Amino acid sequence: MPKLTVDGIEVEVEPGVTILQAAEQAGAEIPRFCYHDRLSIAGNCRMCLVDVEKSPKPVASCAMPAGEGMVVHTKSERAVKARNGVMEFLLINHPLDCPICDQGGECDLQDQALAFGADRGRYIEQKRAVKDKDMGPIVSTIMTRCIHCTRCVRFVEEIGGVAEIGMTGRGEDTEITTYLERALTSELSGNVVDLCPVGALTNKPYAFTARSWELRKTESVDVMDAVGTNIRVDSRGREVMRVLPRLNEWINEEWLADKSRNACDGLKYQRLDKPYVRRDGKLQAASWDEAFAAISEKVTGASGSRLAALAGDTADCESMLALKDLMTALGSPNTDCRQDGAALDPNVRASYLFNTTIAGIEDADVILLIGTDPRKEAPILNARIRKRFRAGGVKIGVIGAAADLTYDYDHLGLTADVVARIADGSHPFADVLKNAECPMLVIGMGALSRADGAAILATGHAIADSTGMVSGDWNGFNVLHTAAARVGGLDVGFTPGDGGKNTQAILDGAASGDIDVVYLLGADEVDTSKLDKAFVIYQGHHGDSGAHGADVILPGAAYTEKNGTYVNTEGRAQYGQRVIFPPGDAREDWSIVRALSERVGHTLPYDSLEQVRARLRNLSPVFNHMDDVVVADWEIFGQAGSIEASAFTYPVDNYYQTDPISRASQTMAQCTQEFVLGGTGKATGTDG
Amino acid sequence: MSLRRLAKEQPESFVFTDEHQARAEKIIAKYPAGYQASAVIPLLDLAQRQDRWVTKPAIEYIAAMLDMDVIRVLEVATFYTMFNLNPVGKSHIQVCTNLPCMLRGCADVVRACEDKLGVKFGGTTADGDFTLSEVECAGACVNAPIVAVDDDYYEDLDYESMGKLIDAIKAGNPPSPGSATGRQGAAPAGDRKSLTEDPTPTYSARDWAAAKQKFEEAQEAARKAKENA
Repeated sequence: MPKLTVDGIEVEVEPGVTILQAAEQAGAEIPRFCYHDRLSIAGNCRMCLVDVEKSPKPVASCAMPAGEGMVVHTKSERAVKARNGVMEFLLINHPLDCPICDQGGECDLQDQALAFGADRGRYIEQKRAVKDKDMGPIVSTIMTRCIHCTRCVRFVEEIGGVAEIGMTGRGEDTEITTYLERALTSELSGNVVDLCPVGALTNKPYAFTARSWELRKTESVDVMDAVGTNIRVDSRGREVMRVLPRLNEWINEEWLADKSRNACDGLKYQRLDKPYVRRDGKLQAASWDEAFAAISEKVTGASGSRLAALAGDTADCESMLALKDLMTALGSPNTDCRQDGAALDPNVRASYLFNTTIAGIEDADVILLIGTDPRKEAPILNARIRKRFRAGGVKIGVIGAAADLTYDYDHLGLTADVVARIADGSHPFADVLKNAECPMLVIGMGALSRADGAAILATGHAIADSTGMVSGDWNGFNVLHTAAARVGGLDVGFTPGDGGKNTQAILDGAASGDIDVVYLLGADEVDTSKLDKAFVIYQGHHGDSGAHGADVILPGAAYTEKNGTYVNTEGRAQYGQRVIFPPGDAREDWSIVRALSERVGHTLPYDSLEQVRARLRNLSPVFNHMDDVVVADWEIFGQAGSIEASAFTYPVDNYYQTDPISRASQTMAQCTQEFVLGGTGKATGTDG
Repeated sequence: MSLRRLAKEQPESFVFTDEHQARAEKIIAKYPAGYQASAVIPLLDLAQRQDRWVTKPAIEYIAAMLDMDVIRVLEVATFYTMFNLNPVGKSHIQVCTNLPCMLRGCADVVRACEDKLGVKFGGTTADGDFTLSEVECAGACVNAPIVAVDDDYYEDLDYESMGKLIDAIKAGNPPSPGSATGRQGAAPAGDRKSLTEDPTPTYSARDWAAAKQKFEEAQEAARKAKENA
């Protein structure tokens, strides 16, 4: 443990720590551009120069390990002068276009030039100019502003796992570019915007729309996938301007996936802003009163068994609880939140959680992925697997189609029977799992939503037992969800009650006439063609597939417009905050259900959000431990049965459009065009 | 130094000839397993020797061969000015214009090239025989000004000798590389100006016997001083 003195304060640091980190411990602020905690050290911006006694020159503190007895000065005349000079050099070729730069107001270069730079420059010669590059629909480039810190280069290679950005040329002609100026194909590409310390890489959809100081910042939770990424939503007036990641070491570190970041423009289009009632075969705008009257007419007096409700992928726990309570009051056991029909066991919490936790992936030494493509289903979680892969000493096996997951793995087979062979020990990977200290397996919705999903779940349990995946603090059995609402729905019990029908049975029942009324709570991913005969109530925020066939539409709130509780795939309950109010007549979802309950004669016993949450807390201890993972007991689950030897199909085909919000987003449509449909074929850059 | 980008017009494909493929494999084998990316510079050089310039298909071919990302190979190819990213003529005349060459009159050499070839820096003659390039220090300043024609260095040039050199290459009869003024290697031009005195070493004149006696006396004195103390 080396001891050193920084600005007169003695600190003791871990061996291998750099001077910069030691200085942070001592409370000294050192400016930096190229250094980033989560990236490799480059040491090329020179902004972090400090004065170390007995060293003939100022030292780049980000790259120099702290040594025993070092005496470091960060504010001495030499250090100040060195940084001043570096800043002057950096500004030589940096344009003075802050007034028109999107980074203005949140720019490292601006801030550090103010704090550590000179008050004037001496450079009067020509500045250089660099042509802008096309990096796709998400990242906008103004390359003249680049100071060549290479953070973006290191990010896409190390964390994104697609080495597509590089620094070409040398000296004055150095440029940051993608190869042949193709679009960045990473699902995490938006993060280079956050990493860029200047305005060279900026958020393309957000370009020239707002200044950082005009925005109201609300901390919330993302619902585009089941990871529960912590986000900060920036809004101005009644509009969400952008979404940024928020630091959470347990979940997303400081990254945010592209869909979560850039689908927010979808909140402005295709919105349901007033109730609709179908009259004479046409949906017509109506008042809340008329809409409720239409529903009440159908529901009052109807047999409970002829009613059903399905919850969608982005529903919050409060509204699912309210709807479940209403359906119970109406005598209907037909509720399900598993739109894809996944064979999840709602009675055993460990059977549907990512028990290892996302941060726990870093401790695993063998990872088996079954029927899941985490890169598309949960890019943030995939980045964590890649982080584990880069640390070395991990073996990863994949059963399912061989996708590019950004790390090397053993492809064990395409078909589901490989799972059974691992369970009975006849597959060599079973030994790999047995010999591992911390093995884990991840079952995806691609495996569980098959007809033999329950058998695969049971086989997963068998593998976990036979290879010692569950012992002590370690639980290596994981289910990776694709929907933000799924775990919450299972936790509040939005599943078939006694004798109740599940999703498939509800759809079949509606088609055959056994079910008269289907209540869709934002459920858009079901086969709505089967609902033609039934009376369909759609409560949601977007005019997507669910609303098209509806008989009554109740306009709800999107995730940015309500205070909601979401439980991520790990079983971590988190609060999402209201950022703006829902448009028009739309209301918070739980309150719609509460108002409707009064009209159908079964008034629900809560009048405020706090009362709903009190009911949630009574229902499950999960909601008493917000932001925390409640360890689930390891019990028996699944249903033994035969597994069909057919190939897995992954649930997410087009990462960029998976829910009503992203389907309404223009940015996501551009990404789909560029990355899924094969691109526009144009090179808008400066090749040659 | 000009902006280094891939040429607009590129050939369809690239493969090493059998001979070069064998050599490439030999080069890669020099590096430990997993470090084959270290062979990127020699392989780019090999590709340049094959085509006379580094093409985009060659960059992609080498990237695949070394299991590297294409952008990493492009970074290397654009960094080193010795890699030609555009087609060059049969003879590539590279004139150094850095400080020592400039002080020794490279401006005349450049003028000679321009007069003889009728092209400026970066240009290729219409017959495709010559490409004229400006390069950074060739590392042979002692014999400045320097011109490298492909791999061969021609030194101590002036307007006249540069003209003669181009004529000789045109005639298919290039002179042997080295100084145009006839000096040997990097030896001083004309007579020696230093180390002219008698090189006999001076230490042999030392009186070893006297030195030994003096040393022993000093030791004796030190011993006595210690005894007295």
